[in-house]
Amino acid sequence: MNGRASAGEIGAAPLAAEALACRRAERTVFERLGFRLDPGGLLLLTGANGSGKSSLLRLLAGLLRPDAGQLSYGGTPVFEDLAAYRRQLHFLGHQDAAKPVLSGRENLAFWCRLRGAGLGRLEAALAAFRLEALAGQPVRLYSAGQRRRLALARLLAAPAPLWLLDEPSVGLDSAALASLVEALEAHRAGGGLVVLATHVELGLAAPQTLALGEHAPAPLEPGEWRW
Amino acid sequence: MALVSGLSAALAPLLAPLGALVRRELRLALRQRGDLLTAVLFFLLTAALFPFGIGPEPNLLLRIAPGILWVTALLAVLLSLERLYLSDWEDGSLDLLLLAAPPLEAVVLAKVLVHWLTSGLPILLATPLAALLYGLPAEALPVLLLALALGTPSLSLLGATAAALTLGARRGGVLLPLLTMPLYVPVLVFGVAAVDASLAGMSARPHLLLLGALLLVSLPVAALSGAAALRQTAE
Repeated sequence: MNGRASAGEIGAAPLAAEALACRRAERTVFERLGFRLDPGGLLLLTGANGSGKSSLLRLLAGLLRPDAGQLSYGGTPVFEDLAAYRRQLHFLGHQDAAKPVLSGRENLAFWCRLRGAGLGRLEAALAAFRLEALAGQPVRLYSAGQRRRLALARLLAAPAPLWLLDEPSVGLDSAALASLVEALEAHRAGGGLVVLATHVELGLAAPQTLALGEHAPAPLEPGEWRW
Repeated sequence: MALVSGLSAALAPLLAPLGALVRRELRLALRQRGDLLTAVLFFLLTAALFPFGIGPEPNLLLRIAPGILWVTALLAVLLSLERLYLSDWEDGSLDLLLLAAPPLEAVVLAKVLVHWLTSGLPILLATPLAALLYGLPAEALPVLLLALALGTPSLSLLGATAAALTLGARRGGVLLPLLTMPLYVPVLVFGVAAVDASLAGMSARPHLLLLGALLLVSLPVAALSGAAALRQTAE
């Protein structure tokens, strides 16, 4: 399937974090967090609700700045050339970023063009998540799971070596889950990197695991926050 | 020539994504015609209310026409500004816009351009009709239109930063006008002065030039502060 990119084409490089700390409002979400992810690797973020999985993913996407520590991609610090780093990544958050009044295909084509990518992989990406028949319909007619599949199709429609996925499996049926796992493994086989936060056992091969609860500081004492 | 072709080759990777953004925003506006019509209908209906409230006094209506038309245009733009980033923020598109290929400053200007095309431009087109209600003489109309053409883009630009800053605020809809109205005062002053000057038989040129200068200053200020505000909101 031509919806996938080979390692040479996507130019993956190792992602490394050292002693990262993140504060949201007054709360320290995590500190002294470190990992190294090599091309082909998958980092599984585990931890209870509120342990900072989403914050870490936003931080890895460059949407949040770390309060301490170093994040580097291919040996260069990420925040030195954020624009170049952002071109290397796909971020899939809790929301699907699809406009209800545009069709699935129009939504997907827009995100491809905004990345400066061509539309060559568009149909293959739609097919990978079984959206061919739905692609002409406005997204307001989609179910939650179908919107999620459309968001996942972004990953394949415009290739990027680093995938940052926040709960990608929410709302997916078993067939779509299988497509997701297939896409993840194909991406890794091509040398891509994946950082994934999930509560669902996806049955992925040899993931690295990062348990975020271990990096969490003690809860705030009364008086340490304001309303 | 080599410089020009080199420059356009360097800009092409940025212009294609921005063109896609402008086309998408226009398509969204055309498919949600309710949004498109809100600003211009608000402008026309509010402008039509004043003659009813004040009574059929031609001299008085003509005297207050420039001020009323400018203030209603300004409020109509303000009314539509809240939606500038709201749906992108709610559905997660804003994160992806921040991660897009073009610089965020250019994304802000593209969004503002579409905001003007869908609010300022329809207001401009409806102005002759509104001017008719006030008996504005035909020779003053071109000056009013020119002043609005120079002034309404500034209104969109100056309000864009506040629209980004008030995302997620509990009373964003109220906060936005409070933050923006003080910035609108210079545009209003020179916009009204241009029409008043032409009604008094004087040259409107200095006022129009000042409106143009305000627009030129608003462009970079809005791009930089709007991008900074969006980055702040995404954190």
